[in-house]
Amino acid sequence: MDDDGILGLVELLRTAGLSVPVGNLITFTEAMEIIGDDLRSLYWCGRATLTHSPIDIELYDRVFRHWILGTELGLTEAVTRSPEPLLIDDDERLDDEQTDRADVETEDGTVLRFSRTETLRSMDFADLDDEERLEVDRLIADMRLTATMRRSRRRRPSKRSSGTPDLRRTVRESLRTGGEPINRRTLQRTRVARRVVIIADISGSMAAYSRSLIRYAHAAVSARSRVEAFALGTRLTRLTRELDIRDPDQALQRAADSVEDWSGGTRLGEGLQQFNDDWGTRGMARGAVVVILSDGWDRGEPERLASQMARLSRVAHRIVWVNPLKASDGYAPLARGMAAALPYVDDFIEGHSLGALDRLSSKLSGGSSGPVRSSSAFTPEEVTR
Amino acid sequence: MSSATPASVADVVSGLATNGYLSDEGLATAIFLSLTMGRPLLLEGEPGVGKTEVAKALSALTGGELLRLQCYEGLDASQALYEWDYPRQLLHLRAAEAAGTISSDVAAVENELYSERFLVRRPLLDAISDRHHIAPVLLIDELDRADDEFEAFLLEVLADNAVTIPELGTFRATVPPIVIITSNRTRDVHDALKRRCLYHWVEHPDLEREIAIVQSRVPGANEVLSRQVSRLVAELRTIGLFKPPGVAETIDWVMALTALGRTELDSLSVEASLGAVVKYREDADRVRARGIDTLVESATTAD
Repeated sequence: MDDDGILGLVELLRTAGLSVPVGNLITFTEAMEIIGDDLRSLYWCGRATLTHSPIDIELYDRVFRHWILGTELGLTEAVTRSPEPLLIDDDERLDDEQTDRADVETEDGTVLRFSRTETLRSMDFADLDDEERLEVDRLIADMRLTATMRRSRRRRPSKRSSGTPDLRRTVRESLRTGGEPINRRTLQRTRVARRVVIIADISGSMAAYSRSLIRYAHAAVSARSRVEAFALGTRLTRLTRELDIRDPDQALQRAADSVEDWSGGTRLGEGLQQFNDDWGTRGMARGAVVVILSDGWDRGEPERLASQMARLSRVAHRIVWVNPLKASDGYAPLARGMAAALPYVDDFIEGHSLGALDRLSSKLSGGSSGPVRSSSAFTPEEVTR
Repeated sequence: MSSATPASVADVVSGLATNGYLSDEGLATAIFLSLTMGRPLLLEGEPGVGKTEVAKALSALTGGELLRLQCYEGLDASQALYEWDYPRQLLHLRAAEAAGTISSDVAAVENELYSERFLVRRPLLDAISDRHHIAPVLLIDELDRADDEFEAFLLEVLADNAVTIPELGTFRATVPPIVIITSNRTRDVHDALKRRCLYHWVEHPDLEREIAIVQSRVPGANEVLSRQVSRLVAELRTIGLFKPPGVAETIDWVMALTALGRTELDSLSVEASLGAVVKYREDADRVRARGIDTLVESATTAD
């Protein structure tokens, strides 16, 4: 295989959405020189040097088949889809400027904006118009998620006189006192934030809420907290990596695109099983705070959901179930899925508005499960900024 | 490079096979490239498919010493790289003092204390020390259990094959180690590290290879038994268990049944030894709900 051929393959891979840095391309050509240039070697060399995960391998196999045999690529969303134009920076700025100008004229714009925020805080996500949604998105981006802390296995030097001896520093210091360890130094355990895992139901009725919650997760991911996010439709899609770099709307859209059958409704039990099998019990959910956003309408069998919830509750530190319907008057958790899941839920809260997300924040940061505090994640200064 | 270094992909396959590891072409290619290009090899796959075994077999094949670093949360430089032997340092100071040989010059005492004789080498430092004549095999097991900080640190060590200890200076590998990293994917390994590594996803072996693996791993196992157990395990992997059994479980199970003196599968001994292959109560229930008799029957009559 000549270099042009290889470059053609790599070009195809890149178009298909595989990231191939130049460094890896060089490794690939080196590998080819070492092993030889028949087709089998080419396949395995490329696979060893260009892919980095099972998902990559799947894509690689498809592109390779296309390259050799000219089969259909079967690429759908990855290349063609343009991002949903829901959030464009310019628009946002325009929106701000207009409002600001109005504020300057009346001179009590601050108050106006603040009270507007107050109203927004209690508005149901599903009832927002486009402009309000932009404003809410902006406020969500300012929210910060501080997870509960747990003891880490790492230790750091301590000022206290009791604790695990810090031999390293003790020996160092003893040099000054002629080898006599007079100043004994100690270590103490550090604390790390618990991982937060968000699993958002993206079925039709939940779309508005899951969108906001995923935005909330996005703010947390970009603030480098330990947050993992999943979208749950008829199957489970991991969003964490997407949230790290991409527009959250686009990430959600992709997850939604991967749902084959919208009318099928959510299969909570199956989705949770997939989470437990592939991620949760392997380590991701261990000691973590798991947030599930769903109205609890499950098309599968409730027994399955219950057994998966039981599995999850055995490894997770806390399970918070966010149900936007809870906010409506006279709500009772009658949906079979909800009723099956409730025994394993530590906190059952609404999640329909900014205010409710705020309460979720305080739950995640270790707020007691007693009466909900109406804490504020943003101050008037920030709002008028 | 030792004389045992394989010269081709086929060499790797046969070399690993003589050391009890049956690999496929993809894995052998990745290993061969890793050996030739001096790049770390990142192995991912379901638990129990034999990722760790690769390093052991490779070490037996090349004759390089196997150095294993098991990762866990909070793993830091003092456990991965080096540490000073503090009790001995203190003891040394006291002994010197008692003998009246301690120098009054702090710098001199310090030099004495922070010399190689008080250095405790952990696997990473050991792997790049100059005591090796054949490249050692450095196994960094379950990297996903360690945290981001450790990964960054590891990346630095692997990039240079050198470590600097402030008190002693820089250690550089005379023969760079063969690095095998495994991960169970409980979290994503950082991109920067992945880019430096060759990658291979280890699959469950197909039926024939699994039988061959069992035969080579369990001396004295009846071949009919191995075949039947492998077939049953393959079936168990498809019925949606919480924890589908890996090759390790197949081997365990054949060992257990062989120890019980069985040469063929029967429902009674499957029931009795189910714990060797299925590790959750719910999974055991599911297997029983499927009907052990039916499962055993289809595994024993398929020939």
